Amino acid sequence: MKKKEEQINNVLKKPVGIIYRWLGDRIFLSAAVILGLSIIFLSLSMAWVLYGEGSLSFGEFGFWGFLRGTTWDPGIQLIFGALPFIFGTIVTSVAALLIAFFPAMAIGIFIAEYAPRWLGNIIENLVHLIAAIPSVVIGIWGIFVFAPWMREKVYLPVFNWAAEHYPSLLPVLGNPMGYGMASAIIILALMIIPYTTALTRDAIRQVPKEQREAAWALGATRWEVIRMAVIPYARGGILAGAILSFGRAIGETMAVAMLIGNKNNFPFSIMGPAATMPSVIINEFREAVGSLHLSSLMAIGFVLFVISLIVNLLAAYITRKLSISGGQVA
Amino acid sequence: METMLKNKKIQVTGLSKENEVVNITNRENGAYPVRMETRNLNVKYGKVSAVKNISLPVYNERVTALIGPSGCGKTTFLRALNRMHDLTRNASVTGEVLLDGNNIYNPKVNPVTIRRKIGMVFQKPTPFPTMSIFNNVVAGLKLVGIRNKALLNEVCEKALTQAALFDEVKDRLNSPGGSLSGGQQQRLSIARALAIEPEVLLMDEPTSSLDPQSSSKIEDLIHELKKNYAIVIVTHNLQQAGRVSDYTGFFFLGELIEFGETEKMYTNPAHKRTEEYLTGKFG
Repeated sequence: MKKKEEQINNVLKKPVGIIYRWLGDRIFLSAAVILGLSIIFLSLSMAWVLYGEGSLSFGEFGFWGFLRGTTWDPGIQLIFGALPFIFGTIVTSVAALLIAFFPAMAIGIFIAEYAPRWLGNIIENLVHLIAAIPSVVIGIWGIFVFAPWMREKVYLPVFNWAAEHYPSLLPVLGNPMGYGMASAIIILALMIIPYTTALTRDAIRQVPKEQREAAWALGATRWEVIRMAVIPYARGGILAGAILSFGRAIGETMAVAMLIGNKNNFPFSIMGPAATMPSVIINEFREAVGSLHLSSLMAIGFVLFVISLIVNLLAAYITRKLSISGGQVA
Repeated sequence: METMLKNKKIQVTGLSKENEVVNITNRENGAYPVRMETRNLNVKYGKVSAVKNISLPVYNERVTALIGPSGCGKTTFLRALNRMHDLTRNASVTGEVLLDGNNIYNPKVNPVTIRRKIGMVFQKPTPFPTMSIFNNVVAGLKLVGIRNKALLNEVCEKALTQAALFDEVKDRLNSPGGSLSGGQQQRLSIARALAIEPEVLLMDEPTSSLDPQSSSKIEDLIHELKKNYAIVIVTHNLQQAGRVSDYTGFFFLGELIEFGETEKMYTNPAHKRTEEYLTGKFG
């Protein structure tokens, strides 16, 4: 016993190398500070470069003029307005989120609450698999399988029916060629379901057991427990997940560019071709020879950057506002 | 250490056989009607037996305390009384739990209706944090479809008064349940359990996360509540068990070592193991 004490004392008394005390601390601290600050520097410089490159266009049309302009003509008039793409991005993303949100939430609830563990694991892995498919592969599938099928089975019948009964609807419906806004929206919805599902499931798993048991003990049925105790507690996480998925939908490029039909000018129609901010950038970047054209694409990149930033900040704000810690509403 | 544990176990299994005899005599002498009763109740988690062959009566209008060292199965036993184990994946319950003579584990019985009749208060206060105080109290009533505002108001006031919380919150019934202090939250949880007018009230260490003042308020509350309910309370606090209960069951390693009137057990325990625990020799 005494020997042990002596040993411990010896270890404690042993001089510690300077690297473990003063110097080691300093090195670690400075590395952490530099790496942390570099993230801030990186994002600020990205925004600054995008804005700088786009300033030619902002100068030519005015900042708000550029955002409000409805004509995008890089060929003859050299007029560039971003509104069609902002509109296309917002509409496709919002619509995709609206389509994806409730099914994704239902899948998340099913995995977390209802499914036996083995089935939940299988579904979860399949959902992750969908998330892992490169978007260009989904785009190819969309071009060769999904869009032609939708054209034959959905768009053409709807179009013919409208032509017969409500011809005034035709301009709103647009050209039923299969490559257009509706196809892009559905593919986008499919692509964000995994994210919303995963984040819903995470939020639900974090609901304390006590909350569920309290509801069970009041004589709640399974669905009542979910409605009364689980969803209210997880609401912050679920909503933040939805907004983060929305952010992904905004930035989704490849699959959308392959399916949306790429029409640059207003007005867009439901089934007809349209464009989004990422799709116009990827489609025109290689052919942008004029400096004003290039600058306008950069300016669109800047707008996209700002919108994504706002969406992420909004998600963070909602999580903080609605999250519940230790039984207290923050 | 391990051999010590084994020795204990052997002793205990020896004791529990006599113990059943003690049990039955007590049940027959009870002046109050038996509200609930377990017969040869066993609970297993997977293959591990947590509660072994326990038969115990719960008298109406009396408080029954369950005491014993940590991990002795008292909470597991309590949760078996309103079928909370149905929700644990690997738990299995055998034996009978009778409520007014009917076995609640009968396959024809819906566990949801059982839990409406047997209320439960947990160790940690569990108000629903996004609901208002009012909605927390009437949550159980809304589940059965009662929407009548006047009735809900009446029940809410009555339950909060019973739980000795009404005066403290009557001016802010619409603020969220999570805004209350810990002790108030626990009384809110009790009010919520009382609002559905259960027949039996189970309390799982209801004061263990509270300060002494809140604890004594809840003990007073138990005294009041036993006029109308059969109460089963699990507690680590021997003094508390002595203060609030009329009957006490002593659990050890999943078995019921002794059951009887609290006064008798505290002054003159029938078993050596009980005496050792009550005098603080182990546990």
